[in-house]
Amino acid sequence: MHPAPSVILFTVLSGLGFGFMAYLSLGLLLVQGGWAFVAWGLAYALAVGGLLASTTHLGNPQRALRAFTQWRSSWLSREAWAAVATLLLLAPVALGDWVGFGLPYFWRLIGGALALATVFCTSMIYTQIKAVPRWHHWLTPVLFMGFALAGGALLGLQGGFATLLLVILAGILAAAFAVGDKQFARAGASMESATGLGAIGSVSVFEQPHTGENYLLREMIFTVGRKHAAKLRVIAVICAALIPAALALMGGLTLTLLALIVHLAGAFAARWLFFAEAEHVVGLYYGKR
Amino acid sequence: MTCLPGHTEKKLGLAIDLDTCVGCHACVTACKGWNDQGYGVPLSDQDAYGADPSGVFLNRVHGYQVQPDTGGAAQTINFPRSCLHCEDAPCVTVCPTGASYKRVEDGIVLVNEDACIGCGLCAWACPYGAREMDADAGVMKKCTLCVDRIYNENLPEEDREPACVRTCPTGARHFGDFNDPTSKVSKLTAARGGFDLMPEMGTKPTNKYLPPRPKDQRQEASLLAPLLDIEAKGFAGWLDRILGKI
Repeated sequence: MHPAPSVILFTVLSGLGFGFMAYLSLGLLLVQGGWAFVAWGLAYALAVGGLLASTTHLGNPQRALRAFTQWRSSWLSREAWAAVATLLLLAPVALGDWVGFGLPYFWRLIGGALALATVFCTSMIYTQIKAVPRWHHWLTPVLFMGFALAGGALLGLQGGFATLLLVILAGILAAAFAVGDKQFARAGASMESATGLGAIGSVSVFEQPHTGENYLLREMIFTVGRKHAAKLRVIAVICAALIPAALALMGGLTLTLLALIVHLAGAFAARWLFFAEAEHVVGLYYGKR
Repeated sequence: MTCLPGHTEKKLGLAIDLDTCVGCHACVTACKGWNDQGYGVPLSDQDAYGADPSGVFLNRVHGYQVQPDTGGAAQTINFPRSCLHCEDAPCVTVCPTGASYKRVEDGIVLVNEDACIGCGLCAWACPYGAREMDADAGVMKKCTLCVDRIYNENLPEEDREPACVRTCPTGARHFGDFNDPTSKVSKLTAARGGFDLMPEMGTKPTNKYLPPRPKDQRQEASLLAPLLDIEAKGFAGWLDRILGKI
């Protein structure tokens, strides 16, 4: 799949933003006054910034409001609802932390749960797609939730707990890579099943249907840059999880900031791989993956 | 609503005969021609006369070589690929805006372009690459089964079928109702063992493909065999005998 920068930005930033929001909302990081403004401001900037980035890949973003209509069937629509509900519900909480008034804890509880539900909806947009076997696995939501919870804990100055979650994230990433590599074969789709000609014999491409590029080749049959995949995997695990895990244990604002930058770099590498390594079954028709 | 209808009155679709398709791409051209002026925005091209042309097509003809496992000659098979109007269409349910829908009356899967935000998720969900985003209009394009032809009373009756079917010079494409067991497409599918593409994806496609008939056995003897045992007669025969004795 084509790793569109807008979608990578969206999933990484929003995931981190909503994850951090959950910690703020649940009161796991207690902030007041000016620090509340900074913390909540950062969470909102990440979440909203990511959502705005996602609209830039739309062909007709002026109709984006219509995406709220199909919550009964579409995970993308559910995500839109969850995101807006979270942002609205937590706005008074953020204001309260800053200005200094309290809201009942169940309000914060619902807000925190919704923030995590948003990340879950995002992950389900990818998980539901059967035609991309690498994504169609329960590890995909686990991976997205892992990033949100570990990244949120890092920003939420959770110290040892952040370290624990980041180490778990390293494990999830490694598992997702290992399982993902076997998913295409497990899905059972082949050139023989795609063409239905397997009963005759083994199928290969004799002639492509068109000489130039098209939407399918650009969007779904992305093969550029996979040669560095193995190196990028190591970079993703080390930068997104292991280095920040060590830094989180040491604590301190400067180190946390450094950990955040390293974590983001690793998260971007991991998310780039998430798309670039995902093979769509339509590639079988072109004899490419 | 992008929930799928549980049942459709008709199941309109195509039966595509891989035995008779000669790979002439006439269906591709006819489809592009009709859909440049009919339903929705025209199918745009980018850099059409330049070095890197690209454009939207709703039908593509692949060419495959199939090597029998038992040995023998490989077969070349022309393979048109377009929307299969699946019963369990994953492209419909993922749509966040309700632009994608499956019609209850005839099962055709369509896109309401006025509601499409161009997110591309439906194209991701389709295993068959049936949907292509229009780079000019930013909306998703797909086969409409020529919904603006098949019910169009302004057209002569013989033209009320999809453009690809109407144009096919070898009659490799058949249009009809798969819900009706007496329809041409149902009978053809039953008689020829029509099959689904990628059944493991669970999409229950409406369109069926008819398999190529078994190929004749390869001739092991020389192609000149009929000429090798010609017995010369008359003058040529006499000459043959005389020359043979020298």
